[in-house]
Amino acid sequence: MRVSGSRKWLEKIPMVLWLTVLWVLFWGDLSLANVLAGALIGLFVMTVMPMPRIGFEGRVSFIGTAILLGKFAVDVLLASVQVARQALRFGHDPHGAVIRVPLRSHSDLYLTLTAVLCSLVPGSIIVEAHRLSGTLYVHVLDVPAAGGIAKAKADVLAQERRVLYALATDADIAEAGLPPRPWKRGRTDGPDPTTAVGPSGPAGDDQAVTR
Amino acid sequence: MNASDVVTVASSVLLVLGSLLTLIAAIGVTRFPDLLARMHAATKPQVLGLVLMMTGLALSLGDSQLGWKLTLVVLFQLITAPVSAHMVGRAGYRTGKVRSDLLVVDELTEDLRAAREETDREQAGR
Repeated sequence: MRVSGSRKWLEKIPMVLWLTVLWVLFWGDLSLANVLAGALIGLFVMTVMPMPRIGFEGRVSFIGTAILLGKFAVDVLLASVQVARQALRFGHDPHGAVIRVPLRSHSDLYLTLTAVLCSLVPGSIIVEAHRLSGTLYVHVLDVPAAGGIAKAKADVLAQERRVLYALATDADIAEAGLPPRPWKRGRTDGPDPTTAVGPSGPAGDDQAVTR
Repeated sequence: MNASDVVTVASSVLLVLGSLLTLIAAIGVTRFPDLLARMHAATKPQVLGLVLMMTGLALSLGDSQLGWKLTLVVLFQLITAPVSAHMVGRAGYRTGKVRSDLLVVDELTEDLRAAREETDREQAGR
């Protein structure tokens, strides 16, 4: 009991730190009084309004995160230009659609991140997210501009892939039916044959024995 | 043209571009035919407009502490805009404010109908 209690406290520390940083930024000067007050208020907020556990067990990949953020920045620019152009094309009403996109991973965190990122990139807004089946319902502003329904669906799945490559563990990625991270594939290809031979050798032996 | 002139010009350009995008977002909100299309206008050009304006402000003020605050403004906008768009869209769907006749494909209505029929059948079975 005590172990789980102290672990619960440890999990709260990043959030309290973040709230303290926010508090100090709001006041605008880094003084001991501000830091203490921020930490106290952070603790108070976390106690009065506890957040549900998300349970992040992923592995942050630097390259994956860089790709995710870089593509996201470009997409936000493109999205704004695209929607602005639609808004200024008077006399032409966009032909929207609501499409169903079943995601491949089954994690609330990746579902949420994919949904949030999709809402900010070209032509898509999440209308409904079904958590149990991991399905997103996406509204596409203009189907021809998005390049057709199949393209719009593929874009959402590509967004999910970038999220997974940035944050998920190799096991999560494999479970979602995706190939491992491409830049890691290249690196592990070298030693892979040797490590692959190791486990498969005994496994083969085991099979021979059981037969 | 010295360095401070460059900063002034850059920040002015950013501020004007940001305001322009926000104006376009406003035009989009009034012009688009239905609720869901309007939410696109309210989230995308608006967010980039805000990012540009805050960058312009940070440049012209030249104060690193304010820069951090403006970064926070952008961050919270990025976090909250999709949530509000989603909530409005979802509420619109559930209260029948979405015009299905404007949609090329509507798989959510299909699925909702299928789910409703299934529960009806289950209740009839009982």
